[in-house]
Amino acid sequence: MKTLYLLVPLAPLAGAILAGLFGRALGRAGAHTVTILGVLVSFLASCWIFADVLEGNTFNGTVYTWLTSGGVTLEIGFLIDRLSALMMVVVTFVSLMVHVYTIGYMAEDPGYQRFFSYISLFTFSMLMLVMANNFLQLFFGWEAVGLVSYLLIGFWYTRPTAIHANLKAFLVNRVGDFGFILGIALVLAYFGSLDYAQVFAEAPALAAPVTLICLALFVGAMGKSAQFPLHVWLPDSMEGPTPISALIHAATMVTAGIFMVARMAPLYELSATARSVVLVIGGITALFMGLVALTQYDIKRVVAYSTLSQLGYMTVALGASAYSAAIFHLMTHAFFKAVLFLGAGSVIIALHHEQDMRRMGGLKAAMPVTYWTFLLGAISSAGIPGFAGFFSKDAIIEAARHATIPGAGFAYLCVLACVFVTAAYTFRMVFMAFHGAPRYDAHRPPHESPAVVTVPLVLLAIPSVLAGWLVGRFLPVDSAWDFVVHGLVSLPFWLALAGIAAAAILYRRPSSLPKRIAMRLGPLYAVVERKYGFDELYAWLFGAGARVLGTGLWKAGDQTFIDGLMVNGSARVVGWFSGIVRLAQTGILNTYAFLMLFGILAGVTWVIWRFWS
Amino acid sequence: MLAEYFPILLFILVGLAIGVAPMLLGRLLGPNRPDPEKLSPYECGFEAFEDARMKFDVRYYLVAILFILFDLEIAFLFPWAVALNDIGMAGFLAMMLFLGILVVGFAYEWAKGALEWE
Amino acid sequence: MSLAQLLSHLRALPEMVLLAGACALMLVDLASKSETRRLSYLFAQGVLLIAFCATLFVLSESEGKRYYIFYGLFVSDLLSHVLKLFAFITVSAVLVYARPYLHERGLLKGEFLTLLLFALLGILVMISANSFLSLYLGLELLTLCLYALVALNRDSAASTEAAMKYFVLGALASGLLLYGMSMIYGATGSLLFTDIGPQTAALAASSSSMRTLLVFGLVFVVAGIAFKLGAVPFHMWIPDVYHGASTAVTLVIGTAPKLAAFAMALRLLVNGLPALAVDWQQMLVVLAVLSMALGNLAAIAQSNLKRMLAYSTISHMGFMLLGLLSGVVGGNRLNAVDAYGAAMFYTAVYVLMSLGAFGVLLLASRQGAECERLEDMKGMNRRDPWLAFLMLLMMFSLAGIPPMAGFYAKFAVISAVVQAGQLWLAVAAVAFSLVGAFYYLRVVKLMYFDDPAGVAVPAGGGSARWLLSVNGLALLALGLLPQGLMALCQAAIRSL
Repeated sequence: MKTLYLLVPLAPLAGAILAGLFGRALGRAGAHTVTILGVLVSFLASCWIFADVLEGNTFNGTVYTWLTSGGVTLEIGFLIDRLSALMMVVVTFVSLMVHVYTIGYMAEDPGYQRFFSYISLFTFSMLMLVMANNFLQLFFGWEAVGLVSYLLIGFWYTRPTAIHANLKAFLVNRVGDFGFILGIALVLAYFGSLDYAQVFAEAPALAAPVTLICLALFVGAMGKSAQFPLHVWLPDSMEGPTPISALIHAATMVTAGIFMVARMAPLYELSATARSVVLVIGGITALFMGLVALTQYDIKRVVAYSTLSQLGYMTVALGASAYSAAIFHLMTHAFFKAVLFLGAGSVIIALHHEQDMRRMGGLKAAMPVTYWTFLLGAISSAGIPGFAGFFSKDAIIEAARHATIPGAGFAYLCVLACVFVTAAYTFRMVFMAFHGAPRYDAHRPPHESPAVVTVPLVLLAIPSVLAGWLVGRFLPVDSAWDFVVHGLVSLPFWLALAGIAAAAILYRRPSSLPKRIAMRLGPLYAVVERKYGFDELYAWLFGAGARVLGTGLWKAGDQTFIDGLMVNGSARVVGWFSGIVRLAQTGILNTYAFLMLFGILAGVTWVIWRFWS
Repeated sequence: MLAEYFPILLFILVGLAIGVAPMLLGRLLGPNRPDPEKLSPYECGFEAFEDARMKFDVRYYLVAILFILFDLEIAFLFPWAVALNDIGMAGFLAMMLFLGILVVGFAYEWAKGALEWE
Repeated sequence: MSLAQLLSHLRALPEMVLLAGACALMLVDLASKSETRRLSYLFAQGVLLIAFCATLFVLSESEGKRYYIFYGLFVSDLLSHVLKLFAFITVSAVLVYARPYLHERGLLKGEFLTLLLFALLGILVMISANSFLSLYLGLELLTLCLYALVALNRDSAASTEAAMKYFVLGALASGLLLYGMSMIYGATGSLLFTDIGPQTAALAASSSSMRTLLVFGLVFVVAGIAFKLGAVPFHMWIPDVYHGASTAVTLVIGTAPKLAAFAMALRLLVNGLPALAVDWQQMLVVLAVLSMALGNLAAIAQSNLKRMLAYSTISHMGFMLLGLLSGVVGGNRLNAVDAYGAAMFYTAVYVLMSLGAFGVLLLASRQGAECERLEDMKGMNRRDPWLAFLMLLMMFSLAGIPPMAGFYAKFAVISAVVQAGQLWLAVAAVAFSLVGAFYYLRVVKLMYFDDPAGVAVPAGGGSARWLLSVNGLALLALGLLPQGLMALCQAAIRSL
C-alpha cells in the first residue's frame, strides 16, 4: 500500500521531469502523453486509496527520514485519511481534466512542453501538500504550489501584465507565507515536533499559545486562499492561461488554505477566538467579493471574484467548525468552478481571445455543448436544490446559523445575502454571454470547441450536478432527499431564485436599467467597481512606502555601511591578509621544515607551560 | 620525572643562546653593504672553474640501491633460518610469501633492463 | 597453527587480494606493449573490483562484530569495511579520470597503476591498523608510493622538485610521528591501541608527570597526523606538491589518502588515546582554526586552480577536524557518534568533491593546453556547457551551498560543534566558510560570465565524462537525501 501512496505524487513528478527536461526530444505529443499518463496513474491510484479509506484503512507513517538535527526529525511522511484521500481524488481528477483540456487550448503555443511540465509539477506539489503528515512537508508543498503558480501566471512572460500579475501574486503570498512560517515556527518551538499526530495529541495539555498559532497559520491560509484583505492577487492571476485559472486558481491551489485549516481542526477547536476571526474574514470575503463580481465585464474576472466569494463560504464553514461542510463545498466548488472556468475559456478561444462580455452574447446557438455545461455549472453555483452546489452551500449556511461564537451572526447575514449575489452574478454571466443578440465580430463567427475541450467540460459537469448526492456521508440529516425538500422551502432557495430573476430582468435583453442603477448608486457603485480601492491602497502604502524605506536603507545602510565598510572593507582586509599568507609559501624547503618544527615547538611549550603551572 | 630533564633543557637553551647570540649581534651591529662582487662565489681568489655539483654515473646509484634491497633480504633470512624449528609452518609460509614478493620485484627490474650495465 | 586460525586471517582478504593483484599487475604490465595500457588498466580495475567484493564478503561475514587478527595488529570492524569500500570506489574513479590525461602525455606507464595499487594497500593497512606498528607500516607504504608518483613525470622540473620537497618534509613528519609513538610506548609499554587505551587512562589518572609525558608524546603524534591531513602549520607541502605534480597525480593525492588520514586520526586519537581527549582536542582546535583561516584566505590570492584547490583542501581538513574535536565533552562521550560521524561524512563527501573538481580539470585539459589556471576556466560554459555545469556543482558543494552534499556535511559538523558547546568555533567555521565561498564562486563566475580566452579545445569524452556526471549528480543526491550515508557513517563510528 505504501508503494501505492508513493506512486500518487511520484507519477506526476516523473511526467513533469520528462516533459520539462526532455521536452524537446519527446515532442509535443510525447510531452502530453507522458504527463497525462502520469496524472492518470495518479488519479486511478487515488481512487483506489479513497475506496480503501472508505473501508476504514487509514495510514499515518514515515516514508523517509530526511535529516535529524538537535532532536527534531525532519521526515517525509503520509497521512492518509478521509480528508486527504478525498482531496487526492479531487486534485488528480481536476488536474487530469485540465491536462486533457490543455491539449486543445494550448495547441498553438510555443511553450507547450513547458506548460505540461508545470501543471504536472503543480499536481505533484499539491499532492505532497495534501498527503503530508507533518508541517515541514506541508510547508514544502505549500511553497512548491506557490512557486508553480508564480511560474504559470507569468507563463506568457513576454506580456508585461502577466509579469506584473505574477509578481503581485508572489508578493501577496509572501505576506501570507510569513504568517504561515511563523505559525510553524511556533509549533516547533512549543511542541518540539512537526508531526501532526504528536502536535494534536499534545495540544490540549500543553500551555502553548494555541490562539496565536492558529491565527498565524490562518494568515498563511488567507494568502493562499485569497481571503480578505490578501485577496488582491487572485483576480490579476487571470493573466495566466485559462487552464491554469481553472486548475490552480479555482479548483486546487486556492483551496490549500481551506484544506490546511481543516487539517488543523484539532488546533482550531481549542481556540474560539481564532475561529471567530476565521468566521468574520470568511463572511466579509464571501459577500464583498461577490458584489465586485456583479460589476465586472471581463468574463474571467467575474469567475475569479466568484471564486473569492466561494472561498469565503468555505472559510465561514471552517470558522463555524463545520470542517466537513467546508471540504464538501471545496469539492463541489472544484467541479462547478472548473466547469465555469473551462467554459469561459472555451468561449474565449471561440471568440479569438475576447474576454469582454459586452462583446459576446447569443453564443447559445453557436456553442451548444459549452452553453449547456456552463448553465449546469451556473445552476450548481447558484445553489438550486438538487445540484451539487446547493448541498454544500446550504450545509454551510446552516452551520453559520447554528454557530454560537462571536461574529457568527454577522457571518450568517453575509452568507445569506451572498446567496442572492451569487445567483445574480452567475446568471448575469450566462445571460450576457450566451443570450440576447450577438455583439461579437460578425466576420469571425465562433465555433464550438474541439472534443478535447468539450469532453472535459462534460465530464466535469456531471459531478457538479451529482456530487451532492454523496451528501449522506457529510451532513447531519438522514437522507439527501429530505435535505432537498427542506431546501425548497427555506430562505436561501428563494434568495437564489430572486438573484436569477434579477439577472434575467437586467441582462436577458439589452436594457439601460443596469446603467441607471449604477448611476443612482453613484459613489457606492464606483467603490465596488474599483474593488474597494485595495489595489490603490496597497500600491500607496506598501509600494510607495517601501520604496521610500528602501531608498533610505540603500543609501545609508547598503552603500555606506554594508558596501563601504563591511563588504569592501572586509574584502580589503582579506585580500591584504591573503597576500601576506602567500608570501609565507616561499617554495624554499627550509622555511617549510622550520614552520613544522615551530609548530612542534609551540606544542611542546604548551605542554611544559601546563606542567609548570 | 620530567623535571629531572630540566637541566638538560636549560643546557640546550644556553647552548642555543651562545650559538645564536654572536650571529645575531654581528647581524645587528656590523655594517651590511653587499654588492655583486662581494656576493659572488670565489675559489682561491679566482673565478669558479666549474659547478660545485658534480655529475656521476647514475648506474652506480642504481646498483647500490638494488644491492641494498637484496642485502636486506639476508638480514631477514638469517634469523628465520635459525628459528625455523620454533616457528613452524606458519613461519615457513610467511617467508615464502616474502620471497615471492621479492621475486616479483626481481623479475620486474630484470625485465625493465635495470640489471644491464650497458 | 590450526586451520581455523589460519582461516581467521581471511579477514584481511581485501588486503591479500590487493597485494597479489598489485604484484601480478607488475608482471602483467611487463608483457603489455601497447600505448594505451588497455590490458593493465582493465586488470587494475578488475583487482579493485575483486577486492571490493572481498570487502563486502568480509563485511557480511563479520555480522557486525569486531575481530582482531595478526596478534592484534589488524582490526576488522564496520568502520574499516566502510572506509575501505570508499577507498576502492575512489581509486577506481581516479583510474577512470586519469587514464586519458596520462595517455595523452605519454605518462600512462605500468608504474602509475602499480604504485597506485600499492598506495591503496597502504591506505587499507592504515584503515585497519590497531597498533603503532601496522599504522606506521601502512603510512610509509602509502607515502613512499606517493613520493614516487609525484616524481613520475621525471622530465618535469616542477614535478621532481615537488617530489623532493614532499619526500624531505614527509620524512621529517614521519620522524616526528615515530618519536611521539616511542614516547607513548615508553609510558605504556604497548603498541596495541586496544591496550594503550586503558593503560593511558590509568596512567594519566595516577600521576601528573606521567600524564605530561604522554601529552608530550601526543604533541608529536598529533603533528604526524596534522602533516598527513595537511593542517596548518604542517601544511606547507600541500600547495607545492598539488601544484608541482601532474594533475592526475594531484587527483590521487587529493582523494583516497584523506580517507586514510581520517582513519589514522580516528584510530590513534579516539581508539588509542581517549583518555587524553581533553588535550588533543585543544590541539585540534588550534589546528582547525588555523587551517580554516589560512586555507581560505590564501586560496583567494591564488591564480592557479590546482594551488587554489590545495589551499581549499587545507581549509576543508580544518573543518573536518572540527568534527573530530567535538566528540568528547567534559569526559562524556554522548556526542561522539554524532561528531565523529559528521567528520566521517565530511571526509567522504570531501573526497567525492575533490574527485569531481580535479576530474573536471583533467577532462578539460588537452595535450599542450593544460587547464590549471583560473583564466582557463573563462567561458567554459560556452565551450562545454555540461562540463561547466558539473564544475558548478562541485564548486557549490565545496562552498557548502544547499542543496549540495557539501552543505549538509558542513551543517552536520557545525551542529556537532554546537552540541559540544563550542559556540565560538561554530561561528568561526561559518565565517571562514563565507570567506571560502568567494573563491569557489569566482570560478563559477569565470565559467559563466566571462568570454572564453584562447582557443577553444574540445573536452574529452568517454567513460570519464559519464563517471564525472555520476559524480556530480551523486553530490546533489547526497545533499538532498543525506540520511543514508549519514546513517552508514554513524553505524561505522559506533563499531569503533
